[in-house]
Formats: sequence, C-alpha cells, structure tokens
Amino acid sequence: MSLTSTMHAQTQVITVNADRIDAAMAIRFKEEMRVETESAPDRVILDLTSVQFIDSSGLGAIVASMKQLGGNRRLELAGLTPVVVKVFRLTRMDTVFTLHPTLGDAIAKCAG
Amino acid sequence: MWRDQDRVELSFPAVEVAASAGLANLSAQLAARGLPQERAGDVKIALAEAINNVVEHAYAGMEPALVQVECRFGPNRLDILISDTGRPLPGARPPDGEPASVDTPLQDLPEGGFGWFLIRQLAKDVRYERRDGSNRLHLRFDLRCADATALGHNKAQIRS
Repeated sequence: MSLTSTMHAQTQVITVNADRIDAAMAIRFKEEMRVETESAPDRVILDLTSVQFIDSSGLGAIVASMKQLGGNRRLELAGLTPVVVKVFRLTRMDTVFTLHPTLGDAIAKCAG
Repeated sequence: MWRDQDRVELSFPAVEVAASAGLANLSAQLAARGLPQERAGDVKIALAEAINNVVEHAYAGMEPALVQVECRFGPNRLDILISDTGRPLPGARPPDGEPASVDTPLQDLPEGGFGWFLIRQLAKDVRYERRDGSNRLHLRFDLRCADATALGHNKAQIRS
C-alpha cells in the first residue's frame, strides 16, 4: 500500500498506488490515510484510478478514513473502476460519498 | 480431459495475505477459462467475502488451516465450493445478510457487516453444509444472458 498526496489549490488529492484495497491491507490503508490527512484542507479527494478491486474490508477502511477527517467533512472519490463502483452501489455507499468519474472531473469541480 | 478445462481448484492457508493472493490467482484462472468479464467482477466480490469470512471467523482463535476453493463451469452456470475445517457457521446456516443502514450520521456509518449481503446479492444460490468436520459453502452464479445480468438495474434499457 502506498499513498501519494498532491495539492491542487485548496484541495488535497490522495492517490492510491495499489491495485486493490482488501482485508490484507485495510488496516494499513486506514493508518496511512490518517497520516496523510492529519493537516488536510477542507476538501480531500481520494483518487482510486489504479484500484481494480475492493472488498467489504476495503470499503470499511475508506469509510473509516472519512470519519477520521473529523467534523462533517466528506471524502470525495474519483476514478472508480467498474468493480469498485459495484461495491459502492450494492452497499448504497454511493449515496454517502461524492463520486467523480475521473480525477480530472473532480479537480475541475474545485475550480468552480 | 475435458473436466480439467471446466475446473479450477486452489487451496491456500487461511491468512489474509495468502487469501488476497489466492483470490487474484483464482480470478485470473477463471478469466482464462472464459468467465465473461461482466460476471468476473461479481464472482470475485462474492468469493472474496466468502474467503474473508473463513479467515476472520471460521479459524478465529485457532491455528488457521487451509481454505479450499473448487470452481466448476456447467451449462450456463458456475458452481463454487469453498471449504474449510474451522468452526461451523453459527446456527449452521449462512446469515440472511441484511445490509447495514447507511442512512445515519457520518460518524455512525457502518465499517463492516456487508459480507453476507454482498454474497447473497451476487450469487444466484447460496447453500451451506457441515460435513465430516468441514464447512462447505456452495455458491452458484448464473452465466446466462451475462450482459443483462451484469447491468442488472439497466434491464429496461436492454429490452428497448
């Protein structure tokens, strides 16, 4: 598991450099997200473009990552691949997170 | 010899890292045997949850042994048997898998409890038996009309 952060104006983009977020890496993902978002701006986008698969443990880790942002801040998600979208849709987590088709779409929104 | 082409078998230790690698291996083999891409995602999600349950619950508090997975392609269907020698399922039946509600304040959102719900949503049939000290979970996937099944909620669109 490896995360990379970049700043785009007042938005932090955290890119997941892994092809899956599953039970074997859920705890590490959550911990690395805590470190990455310790002094995060109000808007944080998680770039899932490289992630081909998540299971319910990975989903839980993403939910936990949003909770640890604090307050009512919501994590936005970008670049969801088909299987990842399916897990979010089936569990209705697509109604909880703001989903952007691509990272480009997500960043374009912050300009407005 | 035809049977070899229709079967995929793999066993691995019931620990997270081996399960993750095992699932990737199984998915690749199923794809190589012609599992349509639209169904491959569904099968992988359900299989991952079933294997995770074995790792997290069946062998909880005991030395983990193996998870065995056997996949068989039949006419218009894929049957998968997941077996282990861990503890039996509570109540000797697979849970109904009521999904946790997401209509909650942010800090109360569920971080788990979706495994059986996903399995039941994605598999056409789910059966469990305890036999000779082993758990045997059977999952069946319908491979007919793969496109229509994969799109599910867009069925109306397909008919038109």
